[in-house]
Amino acid sequence: MTIVPIIKRDYILKLAEQGKRTDGRSFDQYRNIEIETNVVNKAEGSARVKIGNTQVLCGIKMDIGEPFPDTPTTGVMSTAAEFVPLASPDFESGPPREDAIELARVVDRGIRESQVIQLEKLCITPGEKVWLVFIDIHILDYDGNLFDASSLAALAALLTTKVPVSRFLKDLNEKDRDSWQEQLLELYTIPKVDEVPFAVDEANTNPNLIKDFALPMTEPPVSCTAVKINDFVLFDPCFDEEIIADTRLTVATDHKGDIRAMQKGLSGSFSKEEIQKVIKGALDNGQEIRKKLYQSIGK
Amino acid sequence: MKSDIKLINNEGKRIDGRGPKDIRKIKIEAGVLHRADGSCSLEWGGNKILAAVYGPKEAVPRHTQNNLRAIVQARYNMAAFSVEDRKRPGPDRRSVEISKVISEALERIVLTEQFPRSSIQVNIEVLDAEAGTRCAGLTAAGVALIDAGIPMRDIPVACAAGKIDGQIVLDLGKEEDNFGDADLPVAISPRTGEVLLLQMDGHLTYDEFNEAFDLAVQGCHIVSEIQKQAIIHKYQTIAAEVKE
Repeated sequence: MTIVPIIKRDYILKLAEQGKRTDGRSFDQYRNIEIETNVVNKAEGSARVKIGNTQVLCGIKMDIGEPFPDTPTTGVMSTAAEFVPLASPDFESGPPREDAIELARVVDRGIRESQVIQLEKLCITPGEKVWLVFIDIHILDYDGNLFDASSLAALAALLTTKVPVSRFLKDLNEKDRDSWQEQLLELYTIPKVDEVPFAVDEANTNPNLIKDFALPMTEPPVSCTAVKINDFVLFDPCFDEEIIADTRLTVATDHKGDIRAMQKGLSGSFSKEEIQKVIKGALDNGQEIRKKLYQSIGK
Repeated sequence: MKSDIKLINNEGKRIDGRGPKDIRKIKIEAGVLHRADGSCSLEWGGNKILAAVYGPKEAVPRHTQNNLRAIVQARYNMAAFSVEDRKRPGPDRRSVEISKVISEALERIVLTEQFPRSSIQVNIEVLDAEAGTRCAGLTAAGVALIDAGIPMRDIPVACAAGKIDGQIVLDLGKEEDNFGDADLPVAISPRTGEVLLLQMDGHLTYDEFNEAFDLAVQGCHIVSEIQKQAIIHKYQTIAAEVKE
């Protein structure tokens, strides 16, 4: 560790003993969160999320491709994160390093394992053609807590994604259209998918007038991250707190208050009580963040 | 690439409604990122660009150092979602070339002799692309360099001209770039008129080149004013905050 983080560590710990943080927040309080959707015209869906000074942009691109042989009737999603050197003096260009890969995998898992995207509805012709969903996360400004900013950006982008049927119509042959017709009709007409508080817009029951439709989604879990510095547990760490942190825990919780994903990072350790504290904080903050997410997409 | 698409209608208007010498709408903001030493966000028509400057700092690896001056390392990168068909992340041959010509253009304008053995890094991220990203990127880089306080001879600026349906026009749009006859991106130092970057593809006669070049330079001067306003605006905002 270089000298600057050591000095800052002393300062942050001294404040923490008085129950304070460098920016005046309480231990379980998030910085201001801003979510802006539809920021990239070329993308099928996009969102820019700011948590304090941290800024992340997520764009969704879709394509038609082959399904995996073991899941011939489900769409395919993939997630990638780019730590571009624009965002921090410590990020270097080149192939993704382990940090970027861990981040992309944690975001991917949160979406995949909770079946946030209804991939089974994205099959066109079983075994031949399915929709591919690419989630690309671009870090623009790094001031800590990339996990929460990135997963929130991915969710907001997915929630505004339109499946570009009209653009790809030329790639669908007679067989594909026949095979997909029934499901397509359903995709246009379902008023409510599971407990999703939003309807499929531009519903059109006439398959000859195919329009782009909203990506079929379920209620997403929201992730919250806390770090431990000595015995203090701080939510939504800023950069200075993150670099001196002993350990980190991300907890994703759903609208029912259940836990949907967890990831511990860094070489320190947690006690069971501390983990429970993080889960409780994640549930409380998760509700607030969920509200912001729905506000941003106008629901 | 020839096609049947009509790029200029009978009334002399282009596909997006512009006249031949009209530039797309440009919006520039300086100092938009927290971590970077200098930054700029720029919207130019449907292009969205973010530029960040880091440095001057020691150039690593050591063999890249120049004992007499600083090196300028520009990196032009397109986001995977910035184009119609998803682009694979990471540098391709096109972005490596653009990075190189932009680095060389900026090296001419930065007072590199003041920072021997160091590197000035200019990161240009294309978040949304719609023709003319290299001009937009270099223009954004100019503002980010000023924002970072890097001493320069001038604020570099770029704009393209081209030929569509046999006519010379300013600042090609997407269809015009794809189906037009020629594209001529030019970067200049607006104070002296020195040319910092010049590329061309397509087909122009000697006279057409002269006309297109003059038009591109005119475009550069228009953009240059918007750059200056963005920088002035940033410092006026800071001054107003300090007063409060």
